[in-house]
Amino acid sequence: MQSKTMANPYNPYGDDKVIAACSIFGMMDTSGRRFSGADVTRAIANMHDRGNGLGGGFGVYGIYPEHADKYALHIMFEDSLTRRDVEAFLRDSFHIAYAEEVPTRPARGIVNPPVVWRYFVSLNDRRPGDLTEDDLVVQKIMQINTTFSAACVFSSGKNMGVFKGVGYPEDISAFFRLDEYEGYLWTAHGRFPTNTKGWWGGAHPFSILDWTVVHNGEISSYGINRRYLEMFGYHCTMHTDTEVVAYAVDLLLRRHNLPMEIAAKVFAPPLWSRIDRLEEGSAERALLTTLRQVYSSLLLNGPFTVIIAHEGEMIGLTDRIRLRPLIAGTKGDVLYLSSEEAAIRLICPDLEQAWSPMGGEPIVGRLKTDKQRKTAPAKEWAVV
Amino acid sequence: MDNATDLINRSGSTVEIDATGVYYRDLNTVLRNVCSGDVERIELRNVCGQRYIGTDLGRQVNIDIHGTPGNDLGAFMDGPRITVRGNAQDGCGNTMNEGQIVVHGHAGDITGFAMRGGKIFIRDNVGYRVGIHMKQYLSKVPWLVIGGTAQDFLGEYMAGGLLVVLGLNLKEGESHKANFIGTGMHAGVMYIRGSVAKEQLGKEVGAVELEEQDRRILGDLVGEFASHFGYDAGHILAGKFTKLVPLSLRPYGRLYAY
Repeated sequence: MQSKTMANPYNPYGDDKVIAACSIFGMMDTSGRRFSGADVTRAIANMHDRGNGLGGGFGVYGIYPEHADKYALHIMFEDSLTRRDVEAFLRDSFHIAYAEEVPTRPARGIVNPPVVWRYFVSLNDRRPGDLTEDDLVVQKIMQINTTFSAACVFSSGKNMGVFKGVGYPEDISAFFRLDEYEGYLWTAHGRFPTNTKGWWGGAHPFSILDWTVVHNGEISSYGINRRYLEMFGYHCTMHTDTEVVAYAVDLLLRRHNLPMEIAAKVFAPPLWSRIDRLEEGSAERALLTTLRQVYSSLLLNGPFTVIIAHEGEMIGLTDRIRLRPLIAGTKGDVLYLSSEEAAIRLICPDLEQAWSPMGGEPIVGRLKTDKQRKTAPAKEWAVV
Repeated sequence: MDNATDLINRSGSTVEIDATGVYYRDLNTVLRNVCSGDVERIELRNVCGQRYIGTDLGRQVNIDIHGTPGNDLGAFMDGPRITVRGNAQDGCGNTMNEGQIVVHGHAGDITGFAMRGGKIFIRDNVGYRVGIHMKQYLSKVPWLVIGGTAQDFLGEYMAGGLLVVLGLNLKEGESHKANFIGTGMHAGVMYIRGSVAKEQLGKEVGAVELEEQDRRILGDLVGEFASHFGYDAGHILAGKFTKLVPLSLRPYGRLYAY
């Protein structure tokens, strides 16, 4: 018998068939033009049946230009007492330039939401000398997420924000009023939790500083990845495999200063049989062998497709034998990444090209105006 | 569903259906309802991601799809002839039994998954694990013909049927990129036009020369493929083909023997 509480209120067909897989979607205007969340919401809603309403979320870049130099902390609280305690901690650790409750509206299917606030903060003068600002912010977030069980910092980058919770993504979008925000890069996720329960912090994207990850699949190497990341001060508190990808990206790209193309070879390295076919003594063979040896604990095993984003960059990557789908599309300056092509065509019927990359080959979209990259202009759609 | 008649426009034996925003279950219900009497042709407009189109219709009817049909197009299909004016997603022809799917574009992963009869023609490229576990029995021999190229694990665990990859969009001297072709294959035949290196093949297949009978079979498959897309069959057949066959009928027969 179907249990009442588990019955999906939107299923008028009276059966319990589940045809789920997560849905992921990304859209970036590489010219830097900002656009609202309306189209991305329509696109992810077109893949409604890949999720089951136990998680939806969005990552948006370029949304807080008025506070662009401040870390924007999005924090969810189960109760106001916890908020009082966390705010005392924040005041002690940061200078809070501005704070407000994240505006929401009642939305279908969104029940018992936590209270969500955002704080635009900078570091106060009591910063220990040998840590970078980013390092210290990561440390403080880890402290909040491991100390306060009824609070969760789920977004912490500059001029970007994560919005997520339990519900279908289109309902989460309505709840957080995402049609009222504008960004040049949006990622979106509809969740079908496989190994852990659905809860507000467990929805995607997972984020640290301005890195976000949305994911379809299962990271079966979670345990080994998590233990490796703990050595570098990252503590997994979200009960979900995807969290390790966000921290791994922060470690490799920000702290170890590797380019995305190399990080992709760490997460989804070519199989040994493929490396064996490369010329003996060649630089490529040496590099791939070294990466597999040095970062063997960051190899992501199991089926996955992820969209990773940070300031000015969006990356689509699948596991090396592509056990989860990814399709890319382009039109003018806009790059789309999606689990299904129809979702792209819904919002861009005159797509110029659409293709699926080989497993383990990242698709990288970069902001054309990105100052740091001016000296070495990236290929427009780098398929590496 | 309510007001289904608003979506339908019927003239003679042709029915036109506007699928804009219609939920996949409702669309398939409409298809089942209209697919009776003297209806010979169904034009589906503005399709965008609806799954399982063509399933459970149980009779011969021509379905023209404009837009992007969703996953498992023609799943378990038994008779209809589908033409897609656009691209197909993953799982196209999943366990299809009879009928035909012609895609004027590309198709996604596991195209022809467990197909047991009927024909699929894809004009451009296909994704991973295409033709996985195709099968055949007596007179039921499924055809899967791909005009472009395929990604890894082509014909994985293939248990029957005919799978052809033509590589028409490969440049001069460019070879197919797929690895692990025919991994676990134990019956059926693959024909690949264009170059494929030995290390791209799975352990369970071998490449052999084509015989006279193969040329006849290929002539039929390529002839039909070319007629759908307006290509010159003779030109295609003049290319170099490799025939891939399984080395063993039971590649894993001893895997659990102890």
